[in-house]
Amino acid sequence: MQYMFLIYLDEGKFAPMTQAERDGLVTAMLDYDDTLRESGHLILSEALKPPAEAVTLRKWAGSLTTTDGPFMETKEHLSGVILVQARDLNEAIQLAAKMPLATLGSIEVRPLEILQRGTA
Amino acid sequence: MPAPLDIDQIWRDHSRRVLASLIRLFRDFDLAEEVLQDALLAAAQKWPIDGMPQNPAAWLVSAGRFRALDRLRRQRKDRDLGRQMADLGPMAIDPDPNGPDPNGPAMLPDDPLRLMFACCHPSLPPEQQVALTLRTLCGLTTEEIARAFLLRPSALAQRIVRAKQRIKEAGLRYELPEPADLPQRLGSVLRVIYLVFNEGYSAHSGDSLQRHDLTAEAIRLCRLLADFLPEAEVLGLLGLMMLHQARAMTRETGTGDLIPLDDQDRTAWDRALIAQGTDLVTRAFATGQVGPYSLQAAIAALHCAAPSPKDTDWHEILGLYTVMMRVAPSPVVQLNRAIAVSRVRGPAAALELILPLIRGGELAGYHLAHAACADMQRQLGDLSGAIAAYETALALCHQDPERRFLRRKLSDLQKPQG
Repeated sequence: MQYMFLIYLDEGKFAPMTQAERDGLVTAMLDYDDTLRESGHLILSEALKPPAEAVTLRKWAGSLTTTDGPFMETKEHLSGVILVQARDLNEAIQLAAKMPLATLGSIEVRPLEILQRGTA
Repeated sequence: MPAPLDIDQIWRDHSRRVLASLIRLFRDFDLAEEVLQDALLAAAQKWPIDGMPQNPAAWLVSAGRFRALDRLRRQRKDRDLGRQMADLGPMAIDPDPNGPDPNGPAMLPDDPLRLMFACCHPSLPPEQQVALTLRTLCGLTTEEIARAFLLRPSALAQRIVRAKQRIKEAGLRYELPEPADLPQRLGSVLRVIYLVFNEGYSAHSGDSLQRHDLTAEAIRLCRLLADFLPEAEVLGLLGLMMLHQARAMTRETGTGDLIPLDDQDRTAWDRALIAQGTDLVTRAFATGQVGPYSLQAAIAALHCAAPSPKDTDWHEILGLYTVMMRVAPSPVVQLNRAIAVSRVRGPAAALELILPLIRGGELAGYHLAHAACADMQRQLGDLSGAIAAYETALALCHQDPERRFLRRKLSDLQKPQG
């Protein structure tokens, strides 16, 4: 089974950090990726640029509209995604619990849905 | 070139046994699970080149132990580093005589048993015991267990997280219980095994009557338990499950409809399993310390021994239910005893026992009590009473095959009598 870790962070929490603390966090996250890679769990791990650089688009009723920023106005934003292969949901939870960022933000663990073309 | 190894096969063959030993060595479920994964990866890389080790399970335990020690060393180094930076100086680590002993023997034959007692620890609520046992000892995934119990996987996952957390906080001793504690501790292990079996034998709700994977796992666990602890009730429970299992294939039609005991094809019952189960019952009774499982097993053995429903020894069965009402009285036992009474003394005597159970409220919400009531009323010629009771039973029942069975009974009664 594949599971996506959706990492939600409140950017405000980073503001009071020193550069050394921030660098430490990045190193810890890269080490975390390495551990997942070595144990054969990692499929993909990417960080996302801040929501200020996001564009949300809709093409409803045929007309395209775009707005600045993320889809939802929340304090915590989607800041990164990690895709893993795990035996079951509890193994995925166990892996996610080791993520350094779990001490700062929220990690949503979502099983991937396998879509199939309808046969009708 | 040697054939590549099937890691899933290695997992199926050895993981449960190896995990049990790793948990004893490190007293940490999560760490043990993680290094088991590492050890399996190492096996998949090494075995195709070096050949399969003589004792694959022991190889996996020592590979897992090596990885775990490595992880613990690294964690300690990180912690010490942090401490030095905070200038607290090194802290002494108290050796705990009941704590983990990573240098202990790699594998003890009774490791799975220790794990069984740990998963069924009395400090966990029963639903957590069952979930943890199925995932840790039976190797089912969270998603499979959730499906079996018709729960959302996220709910089941939290049950397992909480159970592990609780065991960690309680400071798991991971030892076999002291003889003085054994009856109570064994009681909770037997209850979990029986819950797993029952869920497989008669699924709570949903479209299928039986789940053979769960019944097979329950029998496997109980066999393991009986090898180490051949106590009366362990033998009794194993016998009971085997005797039920012997009739499993004749309990439902090809389309998943329920077939009651009286209508089952007795020639298709598994005679070898019945012989084994009956032998276990005899051994349990020979100890002179029978309890509810042995008594239920003895009743099942009498049903299995009868060549036809009318040749069943109902007097003996009634006697066993009467003993059971003394040893472990419950409204459900009383209901089953009433059905035996109907075979010995007739439906009127049985109805006198069943009605108070329903009216007193103890079994008012139990569909089988209403169904039994309906059956007695039908035999006594009270058709309107029987129809009303079947309708109540139907309203209380949530399992599709049983609902279809009750509907068939109801429509038989509603047909114009010829």
